Amino acid sequence: MWVLLIVVVVAVLWMVGAYNGLISLKNQTVNAFKQIDVQLKRRHDLIPNLVNAVKGAMDFERSTLEAVIQARNQAVKVNASGPDAVKQISQAENNLSGALSRLLVTVERYPQLKATGNIGQLQEELTSTENKIAFARQLYNDTATQYNTKQQQFPTTLVAGLAHASPSDLWEIEDQAERAVPQVDLSRR
Amino acid sequence: MIGFILFFAWLGFGGDYVWSLQGHHAFPWVGIVLTTVAIFTAWHTYKTGPEKVLWATGAREVIDPQTDAERQVANVVDEMAIAAGIPRPRLWIVPDDDPNAFATGHDPRDSHVAVTQGLLRICTRDELQAVIGHELGHVKNLDVRLMTTLAALVGAVLLVRDGMGRAMRGGGLPIRGGGGGRKGKNAGPLLAILLALWIVSWITAPLVTQLLAFAVSRRREYLADAMSAQFTRNPLALASALEKIEGAAAPTASIKRGAAHLCIADPLGRRFTNREGWLADTLATHPPMSMRISRLKGMGYAQLKKEGGSFTSSGRG
Repeated sequence: MWVLLIVVVVAVLWMVGAYNGLISLKNQTVNAFKQIDVQLKRRHDLIPNLVNAVKGAMDFERSTLEAVIQARNQAVKVNASGPDAVKQISQAENNLSGALSRLLVTVERYPQLKATGNIGQLQEELTSTENKIAFARQLYNDTATQYNTKQQQFPTTLVAGLAHASPSDLWEIEDQAERAVPQVDLSRR
Repeated sequence: MIGFILFFAWLGFGGDYVWSLQGHHAFPWVGIVLTTVAIFTAWHTYKTGPEKVLWATGAREVIDPQTDAERQVANVVDEMAIAAGIPRPRLWIVPDDDPNAFATGHDPRDSHVAVTQGLLRICTRDELQAVIGHELGHVKNLDVRLMTTLAALVGAVLLVRDGMGRAMRGGGLPIRGGGGGRKGKNAGPLLAILLALWIVSWITAPLVTQLLAFAVSRRREYLADAMSAQFTRNPLALASALEKIEGAAAPTASIKRGAAHLCIADPLGRRFTNREGWLADTLATHPPMSMRISRLKGMGYAQLKKEGGSFTSSGRG
């Protein structure tokens, strides 16, 4: 009789712990996903200032700058259309990433440009912005993986239904060009 | 932590026992006073610990970054805070030319990261990122809280011992009489051993707490290294940063002994930090640099192998 009671109490305590653990991970996953949004928003706000700061110095590369602004405006527009359009959002963001990296490459091509303070600052800010987005995605993927693993593993999987736990999608690169490993040729010819 | 509490209780109430055997009194006031003092000192040091550490190193806070280097390190701290999923810690710069970094604070919501000028000077962006990642690993693991508490306890033990020593000499109590005392004679050798042990614990109290702090610190360094690799996905950057820091080797003058276990590399440049063996295991605040670097390189190679890349083409950013 006592043994049964103890077993029941232990089982209930374990269930409470497992349930709370799952809920906590679930909320962390949601929060990590929101962090990506925060960083994307930050990037959208930053770009106009940056472009204005270097406009004078980079008059001859107007097309690169305009591509960045256009991609940025597109991304802002798509983001405003709501969270359902995940596919379009990530595509717009990828376009923006592409435009930004072209801008960075352009800056690299003109060493005398890098000497002026603005450009160095621009480079640093762009690198940092891209890193922040990458790290926010990394955190989301790590948290979501932890959450997914937890809810699929035995015995936590027994309470997964109770906690309404369902596997979260991981953030993936959709642009095939971005997925490809960059070819770097260092040999001198 | 329990060890510390028991140790304090032993020091305090053991004293009462000896006193009562000598027929002075029965109320354990020494134990109570000692424990109260210890708790209060520990609490006070814990509360003011981070400010004290930062003040002692002469660090200044970076609120509005002015130079390029400051802007870069502020951005790197932002990035790593995002990767670690913790609020942004406050950033401090220590005006010292030796490369080093440390973290302090109570919990992730209230944490501080400090880097020296020297570190900003010699590290690339990736290496800086790895070092900050290491420090935020300490923050995320709550190592900073543990370390601050340990520092507080070491301080409390020292303070209490000094105070007690003065009280004993001032009061002229016959403590130095070994197992003796007026009624002690009929208690036999067991009491003598107990008393001897008690006196020895008093003498070694600061040493014991310090050694405990060291042991905890060493184990935590490997963990923080691994956390940095997890945040940056670039363990080789931390390995090369550690190599650079070790290569600089000069002691970090502005970081005092008390904060040594908070730093990324032993600021005192002590020889035995780089050795292995019993003495180093006991006395060093950090594991041997070569061990840390080789572990990180191991991680880096495993990662490269998994990605199927080769060394030249897989470096990022």
